[in-house]
Amino acid sequence: MTDSAKIAAALRPLGDTGRIGLFLLRMLGSLRPTRSTLVNTLQQTYLVGARSLVIIMICGFFVGMVLALQAINALEQFGASDQVSLLVGKSLFRELGPVLTALLFAGRAGTSVAAEIGLMKATGQLDAMELMAIDPVERIALPRFLAGLLSVPLLTAMFNALAILGAVVFSLGVMGLDSGIFWSKLQTGVYFDQDFMGGIWKSLVFGGLISLVAVYFGYHARPTGAGVGSATTNTVVLSSVLVLIFDFIMTSFFT
Amino acid sequence: MRANYKVELASGIFLLLGILAMIWLATRATNYGQEIGKDSYEISARFGNVAELKDRAPVKIGGVMVGMVEAVELDPVTFEAVVTMRIDTRFDEIPNDTSATILTSGVLGDRYVGLEPGGSFEVLEDGDELFITQSAVVLEQLISKYLFNTQAKEEAEE
Repeated sequence: MTDSAKIAAALRPLGDTGRIGLFLLRMLGSLRPTRSTLVNTLQQTYLVGARSLVIIMICGFFVGMVLALQAINALEQFGASDQVSLLVGKSLFRELGPVLTALLFAGRAGTSVAAEIGLMKATGQLDAMELMAIDPVERIALPRFLAGLLSVPLLTAMFNALAILGAVVFSLGVMGLDSGIFWSKLQTGVYFDQDFMGGIWKSLVFGGLISLVAVYFGYHARPTGAGVGSATTNTVVLSSVLVLIFDFIMTSFFT
Repeated sequence: MRANYKVELASGIFLLLGILAMIWLATRATNYGQEIGKDSYEISARFGNVAELKDRAPVKIGGVMVGMVEAVELDPVTFEAVVTMRIDTRFDEIPNDTSATILTSGVLGDRYVGLEPGGSFEVLEDGDELFITQSAVVLEQLISKYLFNTQAKEEAEE
């Protein structure tokens, strides 16, 4: 490759980032408080959020159980098994809840959104809308973006709740720890604004990132079958990477 | 239309469940509401050594939490540690000759400020300072005192 081609190749991710940012601005610019936008967003919340609920709940429960198992295993050596709820609660609210929910969401809902929009593009529906003077960004992309932004914090809350439940079932039911100590350590040691709210802000950012990436790759997919497939793959890969990068950035700001 | 109604119902239930989960988590799984909020007044105290006393450490009277440590700073002139605390306004009749000590929760636990009420008829108000204070007990200093004492006793017996 010539030098200029190499430079162009190296700068391409920067261009892609700019394109995604510009697409976000375009979507937000088309945000209008109309009834159709609200109805579409609500409908997308069902498809994107409510349908992800089952996988989130099951995974949350098992993550809670395995966290409790590992925590008790490690703490038993120091005779500090009573601290299990503190360990589980803090690590869950701060890191595992938001990140795992985001990754699961990217896999389940991100791919479905990217594939759906990609298919719409491949079958010419987006062009048809433009010909009818309907803005496809406002009609198709924006509701899915807003639905994702709204759903991910709620899904994170459900994940956390079920993980706590799993930890309770394991530590109290299986290992027989004292329930009074469990709950009181949880309620005094886990801070509302640092741990809980920090996790909520993270999940909001993650929801925005995943939805943006999914909608972008779907909208700009190559209008072929393979194009739709690579749009879904790129969605999962890029959103996972962005989630973990932003997780570090946000954690270093909060801690 | 029918399919639309079911979809809207399902997403409404989802939103409700999510919000309920958040509320349950916030109230049952964190220390929400137990922190000292805006209904509090500020007092301060100076110590020689506060050991590992941190921000948000509890301030207790008789083992019951009445406030939180807001900040731990160093006075650059006297080199004393100045601890500012926020006390909940529910406890507005603490005598102004109360003493403050840095204690430990259990043997290896976190540090907190323990207040021992005095006998004055005047009460603490916003901005007051506690003048009777006792620094933290640092384990290493205690051990070195014990060793020094033992060595001195052995030398005296010889």
